[in-house]
Amino acid sequence: MTSVTMTVNGKKMSGEVEGRTLLVQFLREAQGLTGTHVGCDTSQCGACVVHVDGVAVKSCTMLAQEAAGAEVTTIEGMANPDGSLGVIQQAFQDHHGLQCGFCTPGMVMSAADLLKTNADPSETEIREYLEGNICRCTGYHNIVKSIQAAAATLRG
Amino acid sequence: MYDFEFVKPASVADALAALSDEDAKPLSGGQTLLPTMKQRLAMPTKLVSLAGMAELIGVSAEGGVLTVKGATPHAKVAAEATAYPALAALASHIGDPAVRNRGTIGGSLANNDPSACYPAAALASGATIVTTAREIPADEYFQGMFTTALEEHEIITAVKFPIPEAANYQKFVQPASRFALVGVFVAKFATGVRVAVTGASEEGVFRWTEAEEALSSSFTPDAVASLKAPAEGMIGDIHGTPEYRAHLIGVMTKRAVAAAA
Repeated sequence: MTSVTMTVNGKKMSGEVEGRTLLVQFLREAQGLTGTHVGCDTSQCGACVVHVDGVAVKSCTMLAQEAAGAEVTTIEGMANPDGSLGVIQQAFQDHHGLQCGFCTPGMVMSAADLLKTNADPSETEIREYLEGNICRCTGYHNIVKSIQAAAATLRG
Repeated sequence: MYDFEFVKPASVADALAALSDEDAKPLSGGQTLLPTMKQRLAMPTKLVSLAGMAELIGVSAEGGVLTVKGATPHAKVAAEATAYPALAALASHIGDPAVRNRGTIGGSLANNDPSACYPAAALASGATIVTTAREIPADEYFQGMFTTALEEHEIITAVKFPIPEAANYQKFVQPASRFALVGVFVAKFATGVRVAVTGASEEGVFRWTEAEEALSSSFTPDAVASLKAPAEGMIGDIHGTPEYRAHLIGVMTKRAVAAAA
């Protein structure tokens, strides 16, 4: 076992990991941050998307030790400091961008990643960007609506 | 996944030293190797991490050649390979955004998946694969499905792409994996046209020489309209028959020429 430390949602977090420990296992099992989901475990579905040093990655396909020293943001870090929903999360609630909610953490993290570089994405751009995030409930329609609404709110 | 020792060397020299152990493997972006290890299809005792190593990351253009360093992620190539737009476009459609933030050009070429995109770009461009030991022309580098000229523990440090006058990559996407069911990269140089096909052949990426000859005399979609790639030796699986893939080679080549011309 090796000790690994990273900054998760602004807080330093350490834990003992094996070589094979995945980033998502470190987050969920060692740190109790169970908002990040494991869907397919084969980097197809995107339920496990988190941000590492500012970019979206699939945390089921990255080793915990590869994130040593990194700044990691998970879905828990998307809420406002008072615990209320952040802009993108609130938009998903307002526009019914989820049904079962399993894919939602990854959808929100991918949406946040997109909106960092594209403040006003078109429907096509959103659908293309979500190529690696699979939802089996909504048909994506309301997810697109939620992200466009969040983009409008963030633009002010 | 079986357990292994994880090593993060500070330099390529340290990485080579760490790789001298038997059963040690280099780990780049891990977007193929980690899923393979989860399925227990690979069981290295040690992974030597190359991702994020400063001396292996960068995109630069000089004297008609675009150089991409070995551990440069696809997203960086997509954003920075402006001197070679067809290559940037190819990089911007590999996998999905999260995969593109981790996966690297060196990892893709070292693995030589028969459906990967980068091998088509390297072969069609007549690129040079630069390693810790030598420089390998693309024509000698690709040696069949998942097989390359790389020796054990040789690391790809850069890929040098001669920039063509015109080029385009057309990918018919396998919708579940987003790998190429068939992908065709067409590159037109002053000396002639090169056409590389990925996703189709049981031998991995290959050059469609018949189309190259036709396009070198006339760089138009019509020049390849009557050509038929043979179905023999093409991959047949639940996604498509060998005949279907052979047909797609023609279709994708025409589209690539139309887009590039």
